[in-house]
Amino acid sequence: MTTSTAPAEPTTRVGIVARGGRQRLSFGAVLRDSQVMAVRQLRKTLRRPVYIVFAFIQPVIFVLLFRYIFGGAIDTGGVSYVNFLLPGIIVQTAVFGALITGIGLTEDLAAGVVDRLRSLPMSRAAVLFGRTAADLVMNVLTLVVMVAVGLAVGFRPSEPAWQLLMAFLLVLAFSYVFSWISAWVGLSVRNPETAQSAGFIWVFPLTFASSAFVPPDTMPSAVRAFAELNPMTLAVDAVRGLTIGSPSPTTPALQTLAWLAGLLLIFVPLAVRAFRRA
Amino acid sequence: MTTNDLVPAVEVDDLAVSYGAVVALDGLRLTVRQGTVFGLLGPNGAGKTTLIKVLSTLLRPGGGQARVLGADVGRDPLAVRLAIGLAGQFAAVDQELTGRENLEMVGRLYRLPAAEARRRAAEILERFDLTDAANRRVSTYSGGMKRRLDLAASLTGRPPVLLLDEPTTGLDPRSRQELWTMIDELRNAGTTVLLTTQYLEEADRLAQDIAVIDHGKVIAEGTPAELKASAGTDVLRVRLTDPAHLATAEAVLADLAATGTEVRADRPTAELTLRVSRPDASAEAIRRLDGKGLGVSVIQLTQPSLDDVFLALTGRTTTDSDTDSKQEAAA
Repeated sequence: MTTSTAPAEPTTRVGIVARGGRQRLSFGAVLRDSQVMAVRQLRKTLRRPVYIVFAFIQPVIFVLLFRYIFGGAIDTGGVSYVNFLLPGIIVQTAVFGALITGIGLTEDLAAGVVDRLRSLPMSRAAVLFGRTAADLVMNVLTLVVMVAVGLAVGFRPSEPAWQLLMAFLLVLAFSYVFSWISAWVGLSVRNPETAQSAGFIWVFPLTFASSAFVPPDTMPSAVRAFAELNPMTLAVDAVRGLTIGSPSPTTPALQTLAWLAGLLLIFVPLAVRAFRRA
Repeated sequence: MTTNDLVPAVEVDDLAVSYGAVVALDGLRLTVRQGTVFGLLGPNGAGKTTLIKVLSTLLRPGGGQARVLGADVGRDPLAVRLAIGLAGQFAAVDQELTGRENLEMVGRLYRLPAAEARRRAAEILERFDLTDAANRRVSTYSGGMKRRLDLAASLTGRPPVLLLDEPTTGLDPRSRQELWTMIDELRNAGTTVLLTTQYLEEADRLAQDIAVIDHGKVIAEGTPAELKASAGTDVLRVRLTDPAHLATAEAVLADLAATGTEVRADRPTAELTLRVSRPDASAEAIRRLDGKGLGVSVIQLTQPSLDDVFLALTGRTTTDSDTDSKQEAAA
């Protein structure tokens, strides 16, 4: 072969730096790829209207179920059950919403899309950063729906707007961190159905053995000990404090943030590693 | 890139991959010259897909070396990913996105600036005859269109090396022809193509060099002609319109037999069967019969298949090694 076999036209590439004799991606490239992947995911999600409807209907059913069926039998002391319930169910919805991250990634694996992405000169971590960011946007929408439904069934927050905003942001942070746990679970089991079942195995104990639906002091001592350590309880207590004024929100909010920081530090590297190997 | 001209497009040396106890690649060695189409031929489970996975940095080899345009898949995976395009047996495109969105996304992930990714997507949609469908969701595409889009996606980054894993498996005959034409065009434009296939016919049609692999090892290498020769021969079957001419025909073809072609005449059917030793002997035989005015009603040329090559090389048919294909697929 005497002729040059390079592509006909020179190609500009952005985001590549040479370091230690090898080509590497720049930090800007990681951000850019994350954005590309987030846009892709949002388009995909928003174009599945049936999926969106179910994503909203399920939490609404939970609200109605607890508000009008179980709620009457649950004694929450001085607080009305609907005011007690809504912060709990909002955090629970955030965790359920995070499950979709893992399930969606296993679907991409099955469709061969992940193989294509991993063969491209892109940041592999960006697939996960983009995906979790897109799922976060969806969870903002879900949260808005939940608050609207809550107000319709009698939820009456008593605290000032800035506290409500803090509560909102705390729930979103919670949902974001659990997206990473869900991503790790999904990429480890690698099959959509298994990811779905595996998701519920860790999410159900987490959400029900907590202060989300009933006060933990009615639980047997072992379960109660778990419930009181459970980040879900801490987050729900913080959201209650920030919205209906009781209990005091500062301690559970700080404890929740500590939990989230720790979980993020563990599960981001685990999920990225699982993606590289998937 | 002129200094790269001497570097092989793909260089694989003593490559080993195992999935647990199953050995997928076992000391594989091959070289793909730049600007050529290389056909990797083998039955299911031979290790073809595993090699593609190693070369596209999806799978780390257990031992040995694999380089793409001089870049080692383990040491410098980004350089490898910049140099390759990958298209497989399945359409790895997003169903909910449009064809254009898919290509623009892949273009950006190939590190093209946004404007160039858009321009490149439009250009390649045009070239793959997908412009009319560009703004429709891929879920509305036919199977052939999806595969075309998949191949288009692998080309958005203008990769100098294209890895195609059984690109025509499951395609209808027309789509297969179109894909073959595209591969020819790519090679003419200077792209190196490594393709895997189970069909000798396909490798013969497209490739300048072929390697036959079995159980993760190369068991034969060469040009298509050399491989077919090793598998024995083409078989030419000719039926004469008039059975009475059979003896004349045999006499006309007699001296072809002297160069190694075996001629057999069958009286009841008025058929001549030639086991052709040289590639040009079939045409020569037909010319001679025609030159003597001997009418021919049926001409059938059978070329050796992968099965014939395989049988000649290993003494086994390809289906004998099918048992481990499931394991490779599962891994």
